[in-house]
Amino acid sequence: MAKRAAPEVNAGSMADIAFLLLIFFLVTTTIETDSGITRKLPPIDDEQEEPPILKERNIFVVLVNSNGDLLVEDEIMEFKNLRQATIDFLDNGGGLGDEACDYCQGPRLTSSSDNPVKAVVSLQNDRKTQYGRYIAVQNELVAAYNVLRDREANRLYNIDFTEMEDDYNDPEFQGDKDKLKERIGVIKELFPQKLSEAEPKR
Amino acid sequence: MSKFKKKGEGGTPAISTASLPDIVFMLLFFFMVVTVMRDNSLKVQNILPFADQVEKLDKKNLIMYIYAGKPSPRYQETFGTEARIQLNDKYASISDVQQFIKEERLSKREELRDKLTTALKVDKETNMGLVSDIKQELRKAEALKINYTTKQGEASLNLE
Repeated sequence: MAKRAAPEVNAGSMADIAFLLLIFFLVTTTIETDSGITRKLPPIDDEQEEPPILKERNIFVVLVNSNGDLLVEDEIMEFKNLRQATIDFLDNGGGLGDEACDYCQGPRLTSSSDNPVKAVVSLQNDRKTQYGRYIAVQNELVAAYNVLRDREANRLYNIDFTEMEDDYNDPEFQGDKDKLKERIGVIKELFPQKLSEAEPKR
Repeated sequence: MSKFKKKGEGGTPAISTASLPDIVFMLLFFFMVVTVMRDNSLKVQNILPFADQVEKLDKKNLIMYIYAGKPSPRYQETFGTEARIQLNDKYASISDVQQFIKEERLSKREELRDKLTTALKVDKETNMGLVSDIKQELRKAEALKINYTTKQGEASLNLE
């Protein structure tokens, strides 16, 4: 009697099994990159340095209290007006002589900041402030800086500041990175982000 | 009678599907390789706030994650609803933050150590007190680059 060949295993369902696994991995895969507001914390100085004396008019106090209310320069402000108020403050350019700001387009009030280099935004919060509110305010302040930086970048180089930064961080960017870095530096010098986050008061 | 009889009557032969598993396996391996399993299981509630002035956090290996928020519902019985910090897989107290940063630093190659960023993934209902404490600890640990991780969206959504 002829020896019977072992029957071949039917591989037709192999594809189904593989599909099943494939779908499982498809579903569980999250190709996400996190994004968020990047900030730099101030280093702790051991020796107590005398803080530089700032003029009252160069400080823009934004306080988020425990109820989430927004107090800007001791006055209640609607959240939606915050961005514009910050822009107005930074772009005021009220300084004279050495402190004059030739690129500012603000009304040059004597009650507001001298120039953007001197202007400091002080963000204060209470220990009971909700984090979400704080981030919302933080976001608006960063937005105000970005609006102004975009404006200057457009004036000088015909490109958005945010776009320049994206290009700079893009490893596949083809252009001249050194030049880009220099330009970013110039814009950052015009509108330095002086955002101080004070430690909360009880 | 011919010995070699023509089999069948022409017609198109069925397309062989024998290589289908191979193709599918190829896809499967691709997804297996790119899949990043969450290495931390969250023990805290973590609904991130919205923001639109954001920067992307690429280089995943250069990020230290600090989670904070109130414990997830299934842990609330044992741990209460007070907001807590989570480092790696465990609840931690504020004093553990410095040690955590140190350990994370040591686990990275030397030339990368000062490029580390701390991503704060904080639930939007957390009080700022806790966040400030974390920030203070980070300053002490000299981990000054931080990132408030947010979801993409209008900031005014946070106020609702």
